[in-house]
Amino acid sequence: MKYPPTPGQTVGPFFHDALPYFGGSDLVPPGHPGRIHLHGTVFDGAGTPIPDALVEIWQADAGGSASRATGSLRRDGFTFTGFGRAATDGTGGYSFSTVAPGPIAPASAAFFSVCVFARGLLDRLLTRAYLPGDDASLAADPLLVSLPPERRSTLIAAPDAHGFVFDIRLQGEGETVFLWHGSR
Amino acid sequence: MAELMTTTPERATQDDVNEEIAAIVKEYDAALADGAAPEVATRLDYPPYRSSLLRHPTKDLHHADPEGIELWAPVFGERDIDALEADLTIQHGGDPVGERIVVTGRVIDGDGRPVRGQLVEVWQANAAGRYIHKRDQHPAPVDPNFTGVGRCLTDDDGQYRFTTIKPGPYPWKNHLNAWRPAHVHFSLFGTEFTQRLVTQMYFPGDPLFALDPIYQSIVDPRARERLVATYDHDVTQHEWCTGYRWDIVLTGTHRTPVEEDE
Repeated sequence: MKYPPTPGQTVGPFFHDALPYFGGSDLVPPGHPGRIHLHGTVFDGAGTPIPDALVEIWQADAGGSASRATGSLRRDGFTFTGFGRAATDGTGGYSFSTVAPGPIAPASAAFFSVCVFARGLLDRLLTRAYLPGDDASLAADPLLVSLPPERRSTLIAAPDAHGFVFDIRLQGEGETVFLWHGSR
Repeated sequence: MAELMTTTPERATQDDVNEEIAAIVKEYDAALADGAAPEVATRLDYPPYRSSLLRHPTKDLHHADPEGIELWAPVFGERDIDALEADLTIQHGGDPVGERIVVTGRVIDGDGRPVRGQLVEVWQANAAGRYIHKRDQHPAPVDPNFTGVGRCLTDDDGQYRFTTIKPGPYPWKNHLNAWRPAHVHFSLFGTEFTQRLVTQMYFPGDPLFALDPIYQSIVDPRARERLVATYDHDVTQHEWCTGYRWDIVLTGTHRTPVEEDE
């Protein structure tokens, strides 16, 4: 890298009028085939839910392709753009309506890329929410394999009635694995 | 507001916080003298910013090679925003109060390539240091002509440009008599999602820099000065507004360039 990066700063407490937007958490509309609910709670190191966090997801479509379509900020209800943004509510919960991402490469484990911001969090954190179920792909996943076994589960969403639950713990017991990607 | 400290019964003074900041600087300088590499990033664990105490990971970030979707970024276009969103001074019936400014600069990646056609989002306090946000209780006037929220797309050279009002400094509850230096929040995307950045742009010469634990959480002075805009008289417009320039560098990219990347 030739140029040193601009450092990040906290999103602060006053992002709600700027970053969340109408339809931001609805990557697909009601009735969309394969529609699922991806939701969870963001917790601090005391196990207290964080009501002023912001969660973004970026994902492949059901077929495993990265969308190159515009329109995430003004959804037309038909185009899958792969990007979603949701502020946590008063109970620290976030919620997306989307489809399960397909694996981008054959036999690879499918995941959502997840970015977390919060007041009190000085820079954004990136992580992955893997889909549960495909045990062979999960067992062979390079990132999961590189983790101590007890931490792998923090990156694997849990199935529920309408989709998946992915809780995010910024600190402490069950602390989510957050990623650093270095640079070329 | 939830900025109230819960870990200690008595709120620290500015002097207390200054001492904590100075101790961290001393430790950092000693590490540099011992041959440590200069830090380029913001510390997540920075106790002078009280709200970070329970909100930073205690384990090191885990190195991962970007894969799959991480090697791509969301695409935004003309369909997503209105060109008028880049001017924060024309969103209401009248002119907002304060010093009209243009803030412009270039978004590039770590290799110096322009980030083209990508979304830039900003938000800020008004000239009196008050956010429109319902949780801002600072007893300074709300400006009915200023929301303080803008968006634009970078051009083919990676340039963004906003017209706005210079924000005021404002008090917060980190410690007694705590004041944030004036700043504009920026949200940026690159060509890969791993380049996602939310940060704050500051104005040159702010007397609050040394006192602010959020600004000081970038411990290396050269790194934190990257957040300070430059006054640029070539951006300033005759009898209209003053101008600031601030370039933004995202982290490097990993994807092997293909035709779509031009």
